[in-house]
Amino acid sequence: MRIPRWLRRSVEGLSLGLILTVFVVFTAFPFYWMALASFKQDADLYRGATDMTQNPYWFNMAPSLEHFKVLFTPEAPFLKYVWNTFKVGALVSLITLLIAVPAGYSLARLAGRWGEHLGIGIFITYLVPPTLLFIPLTRVINMLGLQDSHWALILIYPTFTIPFCTWLMMGFFKSIPKDIEEQAMIDGHSRLGAILRTVLPLSLPGLLTVVIFSFTLSMQEFVYALTFINSRDNFMISVGVPTNLITDVYNIGAIAAATLICSIPVAILYNLFLDRFIAGLTGGAVKG
Amino acid sequence: MEIAREVARPRRRSLIDREAWLGSLMLSPAIGYIFLLIAVPFFLAIYLSFTNSIAGNLNAEFIGFANFQKVLSEPVFQRALINTFIFTFVSQLIVLVLAKILALALMRSFPGKPIVRFLILLPWVAPIALTTKMWWFMLEPTYSIISWTLQFFHLIGPFDWKGYSDEVTGMMCIIMIHVWRMLPFATVIILAGLTSIPQDLMDAAIVDGASPWRRLFEITLPLMLPVVAVAVLFGVIFTFTDLIVVRLLTNGAPFDTTQVLASLSFRRGIDSRLLGQGAAIALFLVPMLLIVSVLMLRYVRKTEVA
Repeated sequence: MRIPRWLRRSVEGLSLGLILTVFVVFTAFPFYWMALASFKQDADLYRGATDMTQNPYWFNMAPSLEHFKVLFTPEAPFLKYVWNTFKVGALVSLITLLIAVPAGYSLARLAGRWGEHLGIGIFITYLVPPTLLFIPLTRVINMLGLQDSHWALILIYPTFTIPFCTWLMMGFFKSIPKDIEEQAMIDGHSRLGAILRTVLPLSLPGLLTVVIFSFTLSMQEFVYALTFINSRDNFMISVGVPTNLITDVYNIGAIAAATLICSIPVAILYNLFLDRFIAGLTGGAVKG
Repeated sequence: MEIAREVARPRRRSLIDREAWLGSLMLSPAIGYIFLLIAVPFFLAIYLSFTNSIAGNLNAEFIGFANFQKVLSEPVFQRALINTFIFTFVSQLIVLVLAKILALALMRSFPGKPIVRFLILLPWVAPIALTTKMWWFMLEPTYSIISWTLQFFHLIGPFDWKGYSDEVTGMMCIIMIHVWRMLPFATVIILAGLTSIPQDLMDAAIVDGASPWRRLFEITLPLMLPVVAVAVLFGVIFTFTDLIVVRLLTNGAPFDTTQVLASLSFRRGIDSRLLGQGAAIALFLVPMLLIVSVLMLRYVRKTEVA
């Protein structure tokens, strides 16, 4: 007997729904809990795991904004951490733009056959992890006298943004037809003039991707931020929020609120630029 | 048109020298940066591992293989080495299986797909140091929601739940959080690979009467292989060298039984200031790094030529 089409369809639909629900619960539940914790009163949050009269999955007392108030009081360090992170992220993005974009162009257009090998070589350096380099880099930072300075991070973070963004921009420039610059050069512009006039305006989305990834990778970085920054006022959010947000007691609600505030904007940005990021990672293994 | 070409040709040829010069000029800052801050420190790490160097003190003596002998003889190091392999292979195996299922599910169209995609991506894009701390609160025995739930369903008695305070549960929690964090990353890469398989190839196979199994083994899997390989290689290298989850969840507790190489290297090199020993421990990451790089080169080249 053949299974009727409508039955098969609905079974398929149901199992798809079930699978996706399980996955979404797994990935998003901590964020749901964070949202809950950040609006719960402390008395509600610390009721204890043995208290079966409460329901930790929802509010047992009226929601409150006390944790957000704690974060944004002038003496709270959270705003300082956000500012430090913003400052470092912005400068790292700038350095990455200035170095990776010309390099990407050079590999795509000017370096010929060598370009491909060099490009792959640069891509491979992206695999060298911070956990291998933080020890020798403490020596370098020591010698430069940059301990506990944001300049240490501004100097070191481009070691992971440059390889990745060079590779990303190389792919991006390859996707722009050569004729565009050649036409500009025939019209009497130099190569540099042609790049500035025709290629750069076209690569604005690529440049934006470089900025966003440099910025978010700097924000998420933990190992170097933990190694090189020692004083409380200089922490980045990745170290300051989990280890030092509130000095006397752990304030779960405030840390949850801070995590949400730091995560959601990044998540939205990533979603917008996801496809380009994947293209960069898979290095052309995926053809769109 | 013809005239334009003829004018252009000699002009471009005369520019070749200058263009090569411009090319290396544009490339040299990137090469310089990578050389000075990746290549030089890499060799400095090798040098440091043969010295008794201490953080904050620039004097160091060459002590041969003493650091390596010291760490290799320690049970803590042996444990960390084993843990690193367990952590990497168990978590990447789970990630690969789950990511494949999730990617296949996400291939279908359904209402609310952008929201589902957003929710699934969250763990990867949120700063992992912060979310690991949140997991710490969710797993902690006294107040946490997971502890409450386990007791509510009578899976454990009150306060039986040790969280990460014993080594096996500790490693399980570390692996679970890492799977949670890496799953979105592997999923989107595999999804990109799936969507890149030309539909007409599939249609032709269906017309020719190929069964779903044959289509899976003879079209989907071979075409997916490079992409899956890239996802796995990135996953392996990120996991093998990671210390964030361990550092913020257990910090090695109890008694350094949940350390991995990277976190132990940090403990020795930075917390205990023994740079030489820390560097020696970190160098055990290099063989895996080399293997992954060689494999990565194979796949990246293959796809570049294609």
